[in-house]
Amino acid sequence: MLDKISRFFLPPAKSTFAPSVDNLFSFITLVSIIMLIGITVAMIYFIIKYRKRSDNDVTSLVDHNNALEVTWSIIPLGLILIVFSWGFRDYIRMFTPPPDAYEINVTAQQWLWKFTYANGKSSVGKLYVPQNRPVRLVMKSKDVIHSFFVPDFRIKHDVLPDRYTDVWFQAPDTGRSQIFCTQYCGTGHSNMLGTVIVQTNNQFEKWLKQGAGGKPSGMSLADYGKQLYGSQGCKACHSTDGSKIVGPTWKGIYGSKVALSDGKTVTVNENYIRESILNPGAQIVKGFPNVMPTFQGQLNNDQIDAIIAYIKSLK
Amino acid sequence: METAAAANRKTVTMKVRRYVMPEHSELNYLNQEKGIKSWLLTRDHKRIGLMYFFTGAIVFFVAGLIALTIRLELWTPAKTIIDAHTYNELFTLHGTLMIFFFLVPAVPGILGNFFIPLQIGAKDVAFPRLNLLSYYLYLTGIIFTVVTILTHGVDTGWTFYAPYSIKSTTAVIPMTTGIFITGFSSILTGLNFIVTIHKLRAPGLTWGKFPLFVWGIYATSIIQILATPVLAITLALLIMERLLHVGIFNPALGGDPVLYEHFFWFYSHPAVYIMIVPGFGIIADLIATFSHKRLFGYWFVAISTLAIAFLGFLVWGHHMFVAGQSMIASIVFSLLTFMIGIPTGIKIFNWLATMYKGSVRLKVPMLYALSFIFLFSIGGFTGVMLGALSVDVQLHATYYVVAHFHYVMFGGMVIALLGGIHFWWPKMFGKMYSETMARISWFLIFVGFNVTFFPQFILGAKGMPRRYYNYLPQFQPLHQLSTVGSWILALGFFIMLGYLLHSLIKGKKAPANPWDARTLEWMTSSPPPTENFSYTPVVIHGPYEYQRPISEFQLGLLSNGEHGGDELEVEAPSGGNSPEMANV
Repeated sequence: MLDKISRFFLPPAKSTFAPSVDNLFSFITLVSIIMLIGITVAMIYFIIKYRKRSDNDVTSLVDHNNALEVTWSIIPLGLILIVFSWGFRDYIRMFTPPPDAYEINVTAQQWLWKFTYANGKSSVGKLYVPQNRPVRLVMKSKDVIHSFFVPDFRIKHDVLPDRYTDVWFQAPDTGRSQIFCTQYCGTGHSNMLGTVIVQTNNQFEKWLKQGAGGKPSGMSLADYGKQLYGSQGCKACHSTDGSKIVGPTWKGIYGSKVALSDGKTVTVNENYIRESILNPGAQIVKGFPNVMPTFQGQLNNDQIDAIIAYIKSLK
Repeated sequence: METAAAANRKTVTMKVRRYVMPEHSELNYLNQEKGIKSWLLTRDHKRIGLMYFFTGAIVFFVAGLIALTIRLELWTPAKTIIDAHTYNELFTLHGTLMIFFFLVPAVPGILGNFFIPLQIGAKDVAFPRLNLLSYYLYLTGIIFTVVTILTHGVDTGWTFYAPYSIKSTTAVIPMTTGIFITGFSSILTGLNFIVTIHKLRAPGLTWGKFPLFVWGIYATSIIQILATPVLAITLALLIMERLLHVGIFNPALGGDPVLYEHFFWFYSHPAVYIMIVPGFGIIADLIATFSHKRLFGYWFVAISTLAIAFLGFLVWGHHMFVAGQSMIASIVFSLLTFMIGIPTGIKIFNWLATMYKGSVRLKVPMLYALSFIFLFSIGGFTGVMLGALSVDVQLHATYYVVAHFHYVMFGGMVIALLGGIHFWWPKMFGKMYSETMARISWFLIFVGFNVTFFPQFILGAKGMPRRYYNYLPQFQPLHQLSTVGSWILALGFFIMLGYLLHSLIKGKKAPANPWDARTLEWMTSSPPPTENFSYTPVVIHGPYEYQRPISEFQLGLLSNGEHGGDELEVEAPSGGNSPEMANV
């Protein structure tokens, strides 16, 4: 019964503490449904049984019953104490990472997630973790409050500027899970997504040892740029189909003349794109907010070349 | 409270004769004075109540249209009709308008103003000029909001969380200034009601004879006075942070954004009770009246109202289980949150027990009262879910929360307000409305509401975050169902607008007491005269004594002996109207 309820309402349970959270969810849902049916049936029964029959209806004088009042206070009290202690026990587990947990640093900024690993490797939008090993995320924000949420793992915590917060989880199975930002953080809030990729220990170690990105051999420069467009978080703000999200669309922008916020005009060429990536506030396109973070230190020269190639290909 | 009243209790003997109610009087508060000036400068609590009614209805209409736009935008996972920035501004406006300019002021402003003096047999509130000032402060707040909309809009969400609200380039300052000013309206209204209830009761009206609506407004007023200043301080600090960079909330200057959240919810959680507690009072009055029976557990219901008001101050931290407050704080707040479920449960069971062995009439106000019990129960149960620490981690800031608070705010407060308006409409305007149309409208609102918000529980549990402009395609079917529900809901409200306007123009004349009710406001003509009662009412019986036929009911008229009358012992309220004063 409890299983059926959690399968109907909740996403798949992919962390070690998810099943217990789900059972509590289903227990509360079940008790609530039973009580709601009780209340509704009593209401409908009274409406029919005691409906008005004439203007001279004599109604009962009974207006209180202490035994009844105590009963319907004590029973709910007992139920909610069960719920409280159950929730409390799991909450302590969820926010007490084991000391041997594998640590990954998380940096949130409008509107992307960046993950940095112990060996200095980093990734944007994709969190790679080893299977069946406790992982602790040490999180901070560069600008406003964000919140890190993985529904499949049943974990969520706010990410604060200039302060560390943490969550941990252990994923028994390999696979992919969705990351959401759940603290409203501005125009691109709903594009601040990511993916957790759970790999076997060997795969993970292998991934970790690969150089910090780099173009896979055989891939065209523009295709590599397209890959970076997704993985580096560009797509949260720049569309490739002409629609306006937060920043200017990339479609057809290369070679075009754009009006700047200071009244000047500029032709979008390689140097303008490079400057916009490394020093985004320098020349803002008219009508757009100055909100883009710098990618200095995050993208190397090859990667910038690839992104320029990709923008050129979007005609 | 009871002991304080008992200590001061004194009984006086006065001559009282039975009073026969006038059905209609030629002069009433609507036609005694004419002209726009007589409205704008009125000190009559009933006219001020109608001004709140008119203003609140416009706010609700505008915020409702915004909600329809939001739902329409969510028809598809990407852009449907508006861009992301506009969407963010619209949900901010919807929340701000509904909460600060509709839900908080509506019941005290409209029904409290109109009916508290009537229900306690007073001629007006204690400070009529202050009452008018409250209205104009409220209006000033709305004007600031209009300025906000016409200039930059605001895109922070109604919670104005720092540091986003410090960095946002939108019109945060005009908006928060408007809320700041409206807060004073709320404080002054609360003050006015507390003094009125303590000081202006009719002879014989002791605390145990209050209609539950008076208890509801009394408890609400206490919260308004104690909690609202904290909101004012918080918003003032936020404005200072933006203008003067004082560094209290902005982490870049050494401030603490979590502190902002504590300050904000210290007001905004009690504010939930400002919205819902008067609703509890309305529902108790409706259930007793339409079950034609004494309210079951009067003192349990009355005291649980005060308990909710008190406990409401101690649970704000349940908004912050994943925000970075200490674990101990979260655990204590979770336990206290569950405690507030007990008095709430007591109310629901007592309302049900009131129907037992009653004589139940399913008039429109009763339909609203019964749907309140159903919808508010769902709101309450899902509140227990959100109070459970581990489960809240999953559900926090998802559509589950959105659905939960709409079940409480709309399924609770708005449904109670609509029940109250349908109950008291004949008294307010002296006209009846079409019962058939009102039933159709109720049905559409009930169905539309559930179709709109129930799917959001499922969306939220599956992980759909709130305040999302774009969403994953897997959520689309439930979003579309919810949008269709919003159309049904809107249709229900448009029908209501139609038959209420029709009632004003062509409605049948209402008798003084169309529902065979027992509380004082029904013991004067419909609509009431400017001075409410053309005599000094003396309250002999309780508010729900339906075991007596109306002909032998309750009201006495203070007699000077010339017309005869019986000697009667009446409890004089502490510091209330003395019989001598009342006779003037």
